[in-house]
Amino acid sequence: MTVMQHIWIVLGVLFVLLNIAAGLIWVERRLLAMWQDRLGPNRAGPLGILIVLADTLKLFFKEDWIPPFADKWLFILAPAIVVGSVLMSFVIIPFAPQIVVADLNIGLLFFLAMSSLGVYSIVLGGWASNNKYSLLGALRGASQMIAYEVFMGLSLMGIVMLTGSFNLGAIVAAQQHTWFVFTQPLGFIIFFIAGIAETHRLPFDIPEAESELIAGYHAEYSGMKFGMFFIGEYLGITLISAMTATLFFGGWLGPGFLPPWAWFFLKTFFFIGIFILLRASLPRPRYDQLMGYGWKILLPLVLVNLLVTGAIALCLRG
Amino acid sequence: MEHDFDILRHLQQTLGADIIHQQQPVDEIPTCWIAKERIVPAVLQLKSSTPSPYSFLYDLFGIDERNRIHTAGAPPSDFTVAYLLFSYQQNSFIRLKVPLTGEYPTLPSISSVFKNANWYEREVYDMFGIRFEGHPHLRRILMPITWQGHPLRKEHPARATEMGPYQLWDEKQDREQEALRFKPEEWGMQAQSEDADFMFLNIGPQHPGTHGVLRIILQLDGEDIVDAVPEIGFHHRGAEKMGERQSWHTYIPYTDRIDYLGGVMNNLAYLLAVEKLAGIEVPDRVKVIRVMLCELFRIASHLVWFGTFAQDLGQLSPVFYMFTDRERIFDIIEAICGGRMHPNWFRIGGVAQDLPTGWDKVVKDFTDVFPKNLREYNSMVMRNSLFKARTKGIGIYTLQEAIEWGVTGPGLRACGFEWDFRKKRPYSGYEQFDFDIPIAQNGDCFDRATVRVEEMWQSLRIVTQCLHNMPEGSYKADHPLTTPPLKKHTMADIETLITHFLGVSWGPVIPAGEAMSCIEATKGANSYYLISDNNTVAYRVRIRTPSFPHMQMVPYISKGYTVADLLSILGSVDFVLADIDR
Repeated sequence: MTVMQHIWIVLGVLFVLLNIAAGLIWVERRLLAMWQDRLGPNRAGPLGILIVLADTLKLFFKEDWIPPFADKWLFILAPAIVVGSVLMSFVIIPFAPQIVVADLNIGLLFFLAMSSLGVYSIVLGGWASNNKYSLLGALRGASQMIAYEVFMGLSLMGIVMLTGSFNLGAIVAAQQHTWFVFTQPLGFIIFFIAGIAETHRLPFDIPEAESELIAGYHAEYSGMKFGMFFIGEYLGITLISAMTATLFFGGWLGPGFLPPWAWFFLKTFFFIGIFILLRASLPRPRYDQLMGYGWKILLPLVLVNLLVTGAIALCLRG
Repeated sequence: MEHDFDILRHLQQTLGADIIHQQQPVDEIPTCWIAKERIVPAVLQLKSSTPSPYSFLYDLFGIDERNRIHTAGAPPSDFTVAYLLFSYQQNSFIRLKVPLTGEYPTLPSISSVFKNANWYEREVYDMFGIRFEGHPHLRRILMPITWQGHPLRKEHPARATEMGPYQLWDEKQDREQEALRFKPEEWGMQAQSEDADFMFLNIGPQHPGTHGVLRIILQLDGEDIVDAVPEIGFHHRGAEKMGERQSWHTYIPYTDRIDYLGGVMNNLAYLLAVEKLAGIEVPDRVKVIRVMLCELFRIASHLVWFGTFAQDLGQLSPVFYMFTDRERIFDIIEAICGGRMHPNWFRIGGVAQDLPTGWDKVVKDFTDVFPKNLREYNSMVMRNSLFKARTKGIGIYTLQEAIEWGVTGPGLRACGFEWDFRKKRPYSGYEQFDFDIPIAQNGDCFDRATVRVEEMWQSLRIVTQCLHNMPEGSYKADHPLTTPPLKKHTMADIETLITHFLGVSWGPVIPAGEAMSCIEATKGANSYYLISDNNTVAYRVRIRTPSFPHMQMVPYISKGYTVADLLSILGSVDFVLADIDR
């Protein structure tokens, strides 16, 4: 590939992602409205899609207020970290054959590293706001995300064993005949649950917990800084959905009547829909219950999964 | 009745002869006057009397007697503090009154005997300036700390024009804000313990989980609640004071707004007391119309609770479905009354108008469609395992504690006690209806929810019975004090014309006396205690609301749980701020 091609891919991916993240504002609100027997945004543009524009404009024109009691630089840094780290994760995702920003050998590890960085945005944001609700949210967020990182990483190791590579391209190629969701069902379930916890979406939106902590770690944010958290959340959903599609559902693989990138996006959007459906239907567990599920149920399960996968892989090879 | 007199006689024997038995008030609750030195032993004795202890302090309030003309042989007093005790075993009330003289009298506190007396005594102090000796923390509860005067004293103005325009200059604003600052030492709280620094967190006055303007100050160790102090009064509108200015008739819309989810049920509680004073017996049709509308409002209120409770726990969708069904109920209310949340529909001696043609169709449409929906909500919320995890074993209190703290309604029935005022002390013809009292055993958040859901089924049964058995007859009692009065004889008879004219222009003059109603409202026992001084307005309106004691109990039942659990507890208690603050 030439340098120009690389630049086009980078810009293209960035463009598509930011638009998806913004478009999700509309998708989520329309879907939620549909499931909740109401209309949702339906005034601006066809089917209300221009609500995205209106929302973005509104965020841009809002006063970008930094509370006088906040730690100014950390306060500014926190929202940048969330968007930055999530966008960086997309670097390793193969959208279609040849369309990947960086075809890293350690792709999966890079993804895990980047999602670990995301914790900083919550912790710093909550800490820098110098607000009790934010602090509580940040503490909850930190322990939740660090805990679920463990399960997320471990749940993917089964795939790595079967593929023998951390490279996402190789992982997709290994699913030519069978998707990993069939050989690693437990890994899929745990990865998806951990993914919800990582993106702190309902039912695991414990760091925000509107009815308890108002908005948790980003309670003090306004204007475009709040917008960054907002976009960061939607990018996070897209990322987890894309990763689920790539790792367990064959990524861009699919029958030939659609181009590979279309398969990839279809699968991704399916999981985004699941994210929104979960938000529409489930209540939120308590913080200690969430941690309990994690350490008492998910951890043993994921270790068993690892052990069994390893044993089978050994037998097949031997 | 026999038992009541035994108790009074017994009190007289043990505590001395200076206990005066009052002439029977209109509501036939045995009432006696007792000197202030004797009040604590008297209350203690009543609470411990066997076999039927008066274990429930139903209400405690003050009366400013200084302008009263018709005192009905009561001992001389400037102020009266009245105690209303209830015995579940005997199903009977007893009322003790303490006469007090002087501008700012004092009397001993009974907060060591009854836990829920604490807030009631603070309210009396706030409203009348009467001090209670031995009260652990006597300070204003409903009015701002900086308030001058005590509103329910007769010399305190009630009109805005008497108060002068409200101004808030910078200095005053700073002073008011400083007064709202929470000082843990004032409440006997430590800022740190041996091994932890505590965090004090303001929940409210603006907070999505408090369902209104309520402030709860939490003392937190991490996320665990060490102690909590609810601050109420942000929703205080002086409803009791208004009652002393509005005529008996024009006060009805104010009652609508006490428990604003209960709608006409508030009218009923008020009017039952007025009708007792006036001696009006309403026709059967009125009773059944009232019951039907009340039960529809009970369902509507429980639907709001159900949806917002699920929402507090993070379940976003149910509230939309339930509000849609509530809207169906409001369609019925609107078809019959014209109003929605505050229909202001019941009248002294009847209802405002007869049922419109076709009312049965709209009610039937609802009773046909609602059971299916309610079953769906049940499986959506109550059977959800995350919901159960958030509510089971949270906010538990025992039956003993419930009675001690003055819990009534679904919160009491969730402790396994089958008590419903509609069944036990029937009013407005409830004895004619066939329905059950749902109960649950554990007294936790989940059980309180179960009881409410089951209550909706029972209310639906009652509404269906009303639909099928609506009696014929007049929608107004044929009585001179019925308001607005019947007009049919006015053109033939000058006396009727004069009565009608006075009734419409001044409003009715209700004969002197005291009466209390007691109904099973949506959230528990709701009462209006009315004193008439033979006038067109009430001399004193006392509103006993269920949410007030329930809120008082919240710190007690939330200690040791986490912030997230507090939301479950608040949701399951189901309070309305307007019902607490009045």
